[in-house]
Amino acid sequence: MKDADRKRLLREMMFFRRFEDRSFEAYMERKIGGFLHLYSGQEAVATGVLEKARAGYDYVITGYRDHVHAIKSGAPAREVMAELYGRETGSSRGRGGSMHIFDPTVNFMGGYALVGQPFPLAAGLALACKHKKTDQIAICFLGDGANNQGTFHETMNMASVWNLPVLFVCENNLYAIGTHIDRSTAVRDQYKRVCGYNMAASQHDGMDIDVVMEASEKAIDHVRSGKGPYFIEFMTYRFRGHSMSDAKGYRTKEEEAEWAQRDPIVIFGERLKQQGVLSDADIKQMEQEIDDEIENDVIKFAEESPEPRVEDLDKYVLDDNPDPRWIGPLHQ
Amino acid sequence: MAEIAYWEAIRRAHDEELANDPLVIAMGEDIGVAGGTYKATLGLYDKYGAERIIDTPISENSYTGIGIGASMAGMRPIIEIMSINFALLALDTLVNAAAKIRYMSGGRVGCPIVMRTPGGTAHQLAAQHSARLARMFMSTSGLRVVTPRGPLDACGMLKSAVRCNDPVIMIEHERMYNMREEVPDEEFFRPLEGAEVVRQGEDITLIGYNWSVHLCLEAAKRLEKDGVSAEVIDLRVLKPLDRETIRRSIEKTHRVLIAEEDEAPVGVGAEIMATAIEDCFYALDAQPVRIHAADVPVPYNAHLEKAAIPDVEDVYEGALKVMGKI
Repeated sequence: MKDADRKRLLREMMFFRRFEDRSFEAYMERKIGGFLHLYSGQEAVATGVLEKARAGYDYVITGYRDHVHAIKSGAPAREVMAELYGRETGSSRGRGGSMHIFDPTVNFMGGYALVGQPFPLAAGLALACKHKKTDQIAICFLGDGANNQGTFHETMNMASVWNLPVLFVCENNLYAIGTHIDRSTAVRDQYKRVCGYNMAASQHDGMDIDVVMEASEKAIDHVRSGKGPYFIEFMTYRFRGHSMSDAKGYRTKEEEAEWAQRDPIVIFGERLKQQGVLSDADIKQMEQEIDDEIENDVIKFAEESPEPRVEDLDKYVLDDNPDPRWIGPLHQ
Repeated sequence: MAEIAYWEAIRRAHDEELANDPLVIAMGEDIGVAGGTYKATLGLYDKYGAERIIDTPISENSYTGIGIGASMAGMRPIIEIMSINFALLALDTLVNAAAKIRYMSGGRVGCPIVMRTPGGTAHQLAAQHSARLARMFMSTSGLRVVTPRGPLDACGMLKSAVRCNDPVIMIEHERMYNMREEVPDEEFFRPLEGAEVVRQGEDITLIGYNWSVHLCLEAAKRLEKDGVSAEVIDLRVLKPLDRETIRRSIEKTHRVLIAEEDEAPVGVGAEIMATAIEDCFYALDAQPVRIHAADVPVPYNAHLEKAAIPDVEDVYEGALKVMGKI
């Protein structure tokens, strides 16, 4: 990978961290409502996996912690922020909010609030790719908590028996909201759970983007070449609470401090400095540029965008321009 | 015109739509090699192959979800659920996903799936194979719900449902699969909106859907002997409800009875009664009556089952009550 690309990747992760931090601030100012689940700490996973996928071409789907996956897939950051603000210019026209970012123009097929629901939807996207004989794949990002839903087992079975081109990315951050994996799940290593479905699987460090990219490249090659689904697990940690209302009483300060030492942005930034790709001054300059972009483009766009009109309340419930040949009404 | 059975009508719709569009697929338990529990896909596995007539494992929620995911990427899946009771297992993907994805994506992603499933009581199938549940889908925003009363609508509405861009739930009935009706030989479609006056009358409006339309039609014949001219409306579509056809009929007859096979609390009948009161309160000359199942899980014992489920006699007597004749 070229130095310029490595520098860009660091910048992207820094941008994602700042995007989430700025969302937090806007939430505290009550400019963002509802639930807000932030991705800080896990950036290397979505950034690394999607760097090795074909963004905008492959289908991507995830849970409610979805801002970064959407942006890395190609959704404009300003539209994602406008969605958090509930504006008409948002990714989902203000109808979905933080948990339901959609951008089909880049095949980002949504964030979902029902834990485990994206498993079958991802397999369905993959079934469509296979049926149409394209070389697209579907990538499904979910947390370790989702693996205790029935949809996990049902979908792993069907994805395997039908040899679907789908990559399941398990972001194992050790907690299903506030319950530690050891208290909820019989097996800590999630990748072992799919061996019962005869599926290829592996586990890797999710805090080091170089490791993520190397492992993802192999997994994506496996899926794209028609060898069937793959389950890849990344060990990671969210630096913030599950959502904004989470006081994190279920984690020790020692554990949080230990994982903070493995901040994916720090790890990658230090490596790039050691390799002479960039300097402290470069990082400072990138921080400044990101701050400017977030304030002057992303936040400004969201704040200046219009609210949806109340007259449009029932728009988008069904197809707004249905074909009368199929719909009717029945004339008497 | 040729007379065909309800199951043949559904099979024909599958066949024509599979032939018309390579993106149409069918999914469900035992629909392929076995030909379908109610023969709705008989012979289609041999004609279209395993990639398009997909035998699924017994995983209703996730195979429905896979159909929904495929529809988001342009496919047109027809998903069979063997009994509407099993659709309860698929409620998450149907109600939380298919019904809401268009709205929560701001109209950017649609889910053009069809879910077909038989509801209703048959012959002593007991509580876990006799549910109706139409009311549950009827109350879910983002779905279309159709209830064909015979082969004509079964074929024509299924074809329309496949081509429509919204998720459509088509509720069939276990006792109707061998019911016969004439249908055109050439290709035809029946629309997904609009109730239908299936019998003209002057004195009372009997409203039914799916199986209960036939109870209403039979009761209307008996009422004729009592000098009562009954109009019969087949709702055809529970969502969106055609309030206009209901209103026009009640304004003509001034009396209404609604017959459903489901239990009464919070049922289709309650919704139709509310519609009658909201839309034509001053046109009503008599208290409306609803005929419905007893509020019990459907019993196995044949006598108890008969007592739990409305029949022609119940509709007939209910109509006489509305008419003030008993």
